[in-house]
Amino acid sequence: MIEARGLRKSFGGFEAVRGIDVEVRRGEAFGFLGPNGAGKSSTMRMVAAVSPVTDGRLRILGLDPAVDGPAIRARIGVCPQEDTLDTELSVRDNLYVYGRYFGMGRREVRERVGELLDFVQLTDKADARVDDLSGGMKRRLTIARSLVNSPELLLLDEPTTGLDPQARHVVWERLFRLKQQGVTLVLTTHYMDEAEQLTDRLVVMDKGLVVAEGSPLQLIREHSTREVAELRFGVAEPGAGHDRHVERVADLAERVEVLPDRLLLYTADGEETLAKVHERGLEPVATLVRRATLEDVFLRLTGRTLVD
Amino acid sequence: MVVTASTGLILQRNFLAYRRVWWIFATGFLEPVFYLFSIGVGVGALISGFEVGGREIPYAEFVAPGMLAASAMNGAVLDSTFNFFFKLKYSKLFDQMLATPLTTTDIARGELAWSLLRGGVYSLGFLLVMLAMGLVSSWWAVLVLPATLLIGLAFGAVAMALTTYMRSWQDFELVTLSTLPMFLFSATFFPVTTYPGALRWVVEATPLYRGVVLCRELTTGAVSWDSAVSVVYLVAMGVAGLLVARRRLDSLLLT
Repeated sequence: MIEARGLRKSFGGFEAVRGIDVEVRRGEAFGFLGPNGAGKSSTMRMVAAVSPVTDGRLRILGLDPAVDGPAIRARIGVCPQEDTLDTELSVRDNLYVYGRYFGMGRREVRERVGELLDFVQLTDKADARVDDLSGGMKRRLTIARSLVNSPELLLLDEPTTGLDPQARHVVWERLFRLKQQGVTLVLTTHYMDEAEQLTDRLVVMDKGLVVAEGSPLQLIREHSTREVAELRFGVAEPGAGHDRHVERVADLAERVEVLPDRLLLYTADGEETLAKVHERGLEPVATLVRRATLEDVFLRLTGRTLVD
Repeated sequence: MVVTASTGLILQRNFLAYRRVWWIFATGFLEPVFYLFSIGVGVGALISGFEVGGREIPYAEFVAPGMLAASAMNGAVLDSTFNFFFKLKYSKLFDQMLATPLTTTDIARGELAWSLLRGGVYSLGFLLVMLAMGLVSSWWAVLVLPATLLIGLAFGAVAMALTTYMRSWQDFELVTLSTLPMFLFSATFFPVTTYPGALRWVVEATPLYRGVVLCRELTTGAVSWDSAVSVVYLVAMGVAGLLVARRRLDSLLLT
C-alpha cells in the first residue's frame, strides 16, 4: 500500500524527515509513534499526496504522488490532525459536499452519507451546525468524512489528540471496526496506549528518523524488560534528589532510568525487585509495579519521554 | 476560463453554504441602486448631462453604466478578498478540498466562477432597473452583461492573487485604499476629459476606467475600437491574476 525508501522532507533549511524506509501492507494497521516534531505529520502529508517529496522514493497504492496526486487521493481517506470541517455547512452537507468532491453521483453520496452518519452515531445531529458539535463529535464527523469515498487506505493524523478518555474510546472502537472490515489504517500518535491498542506494526520516530520497527509486543520485548518497578520521589534539584540513590539500586535491575520525579527499574520481576529495594532501607514516596509499555521502549531508544 | 465538472462542485458547495443566508446577497444589489438614485437621479436634476460618442445624454444615463461597472468590481473584489482569505487561512476549506481529487487549479477556477455568478446576478438586477428607468438607449446593451462578467473576472482574479500575499485582516485596508479612489475617479461620475493632460492618461490606464467606459459604450451605443482595447485589457488582467493565484495556492497549501 505504501512504500517509502530514503524519504526526506525539508522546509527551507530544516529537515523534518531525514531519510526513512517504511512499508505498509494491505489490511494492516500501521503506526508512526513519536513525540511532537518527530516528523510524523510531515510524513503523513507526503503520503496523502499534498506535500511534495524533497528526496527519496515514495509509492502509494503503487502510484507516484508527484505524478498521480489526484488519482491517489481519490482512493485514500485522510483524517487530519486539526478538524478542517466546513463550518458554513450542516453536518449532513459536510459529508455530502465532500463526497461530491470525489465525483460521486448525488444519489450515491446521499446513501453513503446516511450509512456514515449511522456508523459514527451522528444521525440525530445530521442537521446541526458543525460549530455546535462537541470535540469528540467533530472528530467522529471528520472520520466519517474521510470514509465517504470508501477508501482502501485510511490516514489518521493524531486521531484522538485533545479528546477526553470516553470520546477516545468511542473513536478507537470505530477504528477497530474499520480494521476488521479490511481497511488499511495508517495512524500517527504520541500516545503509546493508542499505538498498542490499534496497531499491528509500528515505527518509532524521533527527530526525523525511524529508530525502531516492529509489533508493539516485539518492540517491548526487544528494548525493555517485562516489568518495571517505579520508585517515586519528590521533584528535587539534580544532585540533591533521588538520582543519588541510583548507585544503591543499580545492581537490582537490568537498567535504571532517572526521570525528574522517579526512578524506573527495568527487571523481570517487579515485586521481587521492590522487596529488595525496601530491604536496603530506601523509602520512596510511592512505588508501582507495571508491565513495560511502548513508552519504555521510547525512553530506552531516545532517552526522552513521549509526552514532554 | 474553462468550466469543468470540478468548478460545478465548488459552485454547489458555495450554493449550499449561502442557502441559509441568502439575504446577505441583497446588499450587493442595493448598493449601486442607491448610488443611482442619490447621485444619478438626485444630483442629475442639477446637471444638464454629458456628451458621449457625439451625443448629449442625461446625467443619470451617464452615471448608471458607471455604477454597473463599479458594482461588478466591488462584488468580485469582496468575494475574492475577504471570503477567499477566510477560506484560505481560517476555515481551512481549501486544505480539505485538496485532500480530495480536487487541485489548486480547480479551487482557483471554482471560487472565481462563484464570484462571477454572484456578480452576474447583481448586474442583471441592476440592468433591469436601468431598463425600467429608460436609461438604456442601444441594442448593444445586451452585451453589457458579459462585459460586467469580464470586469468581475479581471478584478476577482487579481484580488484573489493579491489576497494570497495578505497576512492579516489589517492588510485589507489596502483593498479599500485602491478600490475607493477607482470608484470615485474612473469617469464614473464625470467625464475623463475633465482631467488635465498627464492625469487623464493615468486614469485611462486604470482597470475600472476600462470597465466603466466599456459599459457606457454598450448602453449608449457608442461602440468603437476603444471598446476592443478595454476587452483585451480586462481579459489579460484576468488571465494573469488567475495564473498567479494558482501558483501562490500551490506554494501556500502544498508544502
